[in-house]
Amino acid sequence: MTLQAIFDAGAGHTGGGLSCLDILNCLYNRILRVSPENFGDPNRDRYVQSKGHSVEALYAVLADRGFFPVADLKTIGRYQSHYVGHPTRHIPGIEMNTGALGHGLPIGIGMALAAKMDGAAYRVFTLLGDGELAEGSNWEAGLAAAHYKLDNLTAIIDHNRLQITGPTCDVMSNEPLDEKWRAFGWAVKVVDGHDYAALTEALSQPAEAGKPTCIIANTIKGKGVSFMENVAKWHHGVPSEAELKQALGELEAAGKILQEKTE
Amino acid sequence: MFTPAAKAMAEKLGLKMGRANLEEFAATLEELAKANPNIVAVTSDSRGSGKLAPFGKALPKQIVEVGIAEQNLVGITAGLAACGKKSFGVSPSCFLTARSLEQIKNDICYSDVPAVLVGISSGTSYGALGTTHHSLHDLAVLRAINNLTILVPADNFESRQAILAAAKAVKPVFVRFGKAAMFGLHKPETKFEVGKAITLREGNDVAFIATGETVVHALLAAGQLAERGLNCRVLSMHSIKPLDADAILQAGRECRAVVTVEEHMVNGGLGEACAAVLLQAGVHVPFKIVGMPDEETVPGAQADIFRHYGISMEGLSELGEKLIR
Repeated sequence: MTLQAIFDAGAGHTGGGLSCLDILNCLYNRILRVSPENFGDPNRDRYVQSKGHSVEALYAVLADRGFFPVADLKTIGRYQSHYVGHPTRHIPGIEMNTGALGHGLPIGIGMALAAKMDGAAYRVFTLLGDGELAEGSNWEAGLAAAHYKLDNLTAIIDHNRLQITGPTCDVMSNEPLDEKWRAFGWAVKVVDGHDYAALTEALSQPAEAGKPTCIIANTIKGKGVSFMENVAKWHHGVPSEAELKQALGELEAAGKILQEKTE
Repeated sequence: MFTPAAKAMAEKLGLKMGRANLEEFAATLEELAKANPNIVAVTSDSRGSGKLAPFGKALPKQIVEVGIAEQNLVGITAGLAACGKKSFGVSPSCFLTARSLEQIKNDICYSDVPAVLVGISSGTSYGALGTTHHSLHDLAVLRAINNLTILVPADNFESRQAILAAAKAVKPVFVRFGKAAMFGLHKPETKFEVGKAITLREGNDVAFIATGETVVHALLAAGQLAERGLNCRVLSMHSIKPLDADAILQAGRECRAVVTVEEHMVNGGLGEACAAVLLQAGVHVPFKIVGMPDEETVPGAQADIFRHYGISMEGLSELGEKLIR
């Protein structure tokens, strides 16, 4: 659905969409107490997508969960369509308008603080890219979340190690990520970001009382499509018709194998 | 701030010295927050300069300290507002509206959360600290952002009214305060309405359209010009956005000259906003924008800077007279 949407729109963030798709599916199908029916409930869980550019993946997951018709995805990027290339609150299911990087975590802190003030039980999740961590505002927020002991806040880092220019370690190295977040006072978990069981376990509850949780999800940019995996140009590459056909074929085959395994 | 002649004029006009608008803001916010536990102040090591130390003591559960981190301050203010809090992000205007401009644009205005941003010690309030601490750009940059009400109160009355209006607003609001003690300009029964200028003095010779801490100087200038036989109009344009186009057009059509006055750079502030309203309506009138020119601002205290750029009773009356004689 994500790839089809990007193909239809003629633009989009392909690689990062595929790297975080499993995380989004896990969040919206297994973790978040958010549904089209309860979206107006002040006690719903909150999800803010800091890496707003992976919007096609988010739209696809929201459509799949019934927030809006799948057919709406055909309008992404079109004249007068609210389905613009980064999340906006005009779209059912989206909490905040994001797209400029380094914004999701501070917003998430405000939301988590509001929950604490109100004695509400909802949890707050935000998804960041690893390249995004070069934005200084993340580290301002890193201090504040630990200072306020926001164990109702979980930051997930889509650790695909690639950004638009190339490998993140060449553009602006940020390793060791786990040690950095631990030093900031966070409880850190490192998981395979394509392993549903591992993601579910890590996301199901806060890692440690009194500490915000940072989940470093090791992912593969362009996951599931042989010619896109770990190739920087697919950050916002748009597949041709032939490439789309091959990609969908590969994903379908992988889906079948997965289904057989689970059966 | 005032020459002996200006002080004498203030006395003649019956103006009484009040406190700093910032103090009026802090007292009003504390009063509102005591009645409404949903009100939260967010500060960036700025509760002292924001006069919010008493608020913090009285209502420790309703203040969030973020440290010296203005981007984080605005993001957190937005997140609080998105989850039902009436949040007031309070930080020096120089930092708030420059360093965290992207957060204001996206997290507050584009996301459309009912947060209030309070730019403290705005304009040249931090005078002698230099340009790093001046906010002479804030109205220009914020005017260019959709979905933000911009209020610049002139005295304690307007400050209180602006905070009362901001607390009720369901859309984003920015309010700008200075830290010098201000003369009271209004009678208590005056009506304050967002988007409507307050007429402080009627007249059809020169119209002074002023905002914030400059309004008193325009009023004094009108007093001085009255002694020279000229009847001047004075408008307090506390609402920069939405702007009272009707009052501006009326001034342009009825008066012989229009002078705008602001504690802001002449680019992109009140003056250019008024010029756009007048020109687009085909109103051509002798017109002058008084503010800080596009140069490195002269060093000095706020009073020195005002005087240097003609924001004083003497400077404004001389300019007004020159425009019509």
